[in-house]
Amino acid sequence: MKRRQFIQTASAGSALGAFGLVSGCASIGGSNGPKVVVVGGGYGGATAAKYVRMWSDYGIQVTLIEPNASFISCPISNLVIGGSKTMADITTSYDNLVKRHGVNLIKDYVTQIDPDKRVVKLAGGSEVPYDRLILSPGVDFMMESLPGMSKAGAQDKVLHAWKAGAQTLALRKQLEAMPDGGVYALSIPLAPYRCPPGPYERACQVAEYFSKAKPKSKVLILDANDDVTSKGPLFKKAWADRYKGIVEYRGKHNATDVDAATNTLKFEFNDDVKASVLNVIPPMRAGEIAVKSGLATANKRWCEVDFLTFESKASKNIHVLGDSIQIAPAMPKSGHMANQHGKTCAAAVVALLTGKEPNKQPIYNNTCYSFVSSEDVVHVASVHAYDADKKTMLTVPGSGGVSSAANELEGRYAMAWARNIWADTLA
Amino acid sequence: MKNWSYLIAAVLSVAANAQAQTNNTPDPFQVRSWAAGCANCHGTNGRAESGNETLAGMNKDEIVKKMLDFKAGRKPATIMHQLSKGYSDEQIVAIAAYFAAQKK
Repeated sequence: MKRRQFIQTASAGSALGAFGLVSGCASIGGSNGPKVVVVGGGYGGATAAKYVRMWSDYGIQVTLIEPNASFISCPISNLVIGGSKTMADITTSYDNLVKRHGVNLIKDYVTQIDPDKRVVKLAGGSEVPYDRLILSPGVDFMMESLPGMSKAGAQDKVLHAWKAGAQTLALRKQLEAMPDGGVYALSIPLAPYRCPPGPYERACQVAEYFSKAKPKSKVLILDANDDVTSKGPLFKKAWADRYKGIVEYRGKHNATDVDAATNTLKFEFNDDVKASVLNVIPPMRAGEIAVKSGLATANKRWCEVDFLTFESKASKNIHVLGDSIQIAPAMPKSGHMANQHGKTCAAAVVALLTGKEPNKQPIYNNTCYSFVSSEDVVHVASVHAYDADKKTMLTVPGSGGVSSAANELEGRYAMAWARNIWADTLA
Repeated sequence: MKNWSYLIAAVLSVAANAQAQTNNTPDPFQVRSWAAGCANCHGTNGRAESGNETLAGMNKDEIVKKMLDFKAGRKPATIMHQLSKGYSDEQIVAIAAYFAAQKK
């Protein structure tokens, strides 16, 4: 009797007890546990990889496929462009995912998904099998909407710097090389795009640099949207008070083409604009692997998902999260939100692979800090809860809001946020 | 006999309350995920990096009081007065219990 009770208790106590016995600790390979493959090691994918391992008591095998050698954060990267932070400040190794959490990291990218055989094919030639696939491929740019960007050399000269990395530093170098009295023009696409307040924060960062180093220079914001899409009054106050005579904002400027040879932007309705440094953020869609796998069912741009599990509405056993998804109302495409997607998806994937029901009441928040100078910050915050009738995430009435004014205390909290989310995602 | 029936009624009532409480108690996996939503700023399982408060191992009642004070506007904040309003009192109690049970 006692022995039988013990077995029952053991199996009821941990659904993953069986895997635990087979796989032991955080060792890689050689296990018979279920297999999860995560594509993309950004805020969404890295978080999902870590939390699937943690929440399965290290019983589910996780392979993370990421082409970059380390994680480079988009949040805080505008401060590298402004000159107050370095690339090292925004770069984190993947080592802890491997050493502490036993994630199998493959430095490569996925060229094809076979949903019937449940394998992903890598550029390097190998195939990786999965029971469930988590795609977090971020965004790719719709360069075809700006034909001149396809000319030889155009993309090396007219930068987006909207994926933190080599272009972040290259844009900083262009600004340093620009003579005083020059114009930096920033083109913003129609929403939705990655990081709604990001372009306006970047304008502040460049303006602060100009105010100190090149006071005769201008920041010209050319926004395809009618008006500032996020924290509008707070950014406009910063431009009017701190950067008067430096920043000029023009709404309803939808860019249709770029002439990289002459640094000229062309618009749907407005006159051409020529600048010393042209920074064009093109319109975006889900990462290429999601689009070419037929998962981008919304306008052929974004991937529709079940918000309880982040499983694709187009393909079973494939989950999509982060900036690639068709967002719920008032849900931003942000690193913070991608991290939340990663944890919600991880819990669901662990439940589904162990014969349990996924959680029915997801609630998570978004917190987004923007630096209006190298020290002062404004935030926007929101709380999102699952609505069972509408089957989507809705903001909780009465919750959320923005800063009353830019302040230095939130500048310190913004850096604390960065340290904590980097650790939650990668450590 | 009267005393007996009173006692039985009392026991049944307690049992019914316990049953109701069980039904209202959120699923532990759901609570773990709610708490994970705080980790972006307060660290995985509430063990924070420098600059933000560690919630792991904190007294449950203290967390609940702080959150309810944020929610009611009794405690000044930069952001928590806005985030706390997104959670019901019951959810706050459940999340606080989760963090109180975590190792510091």
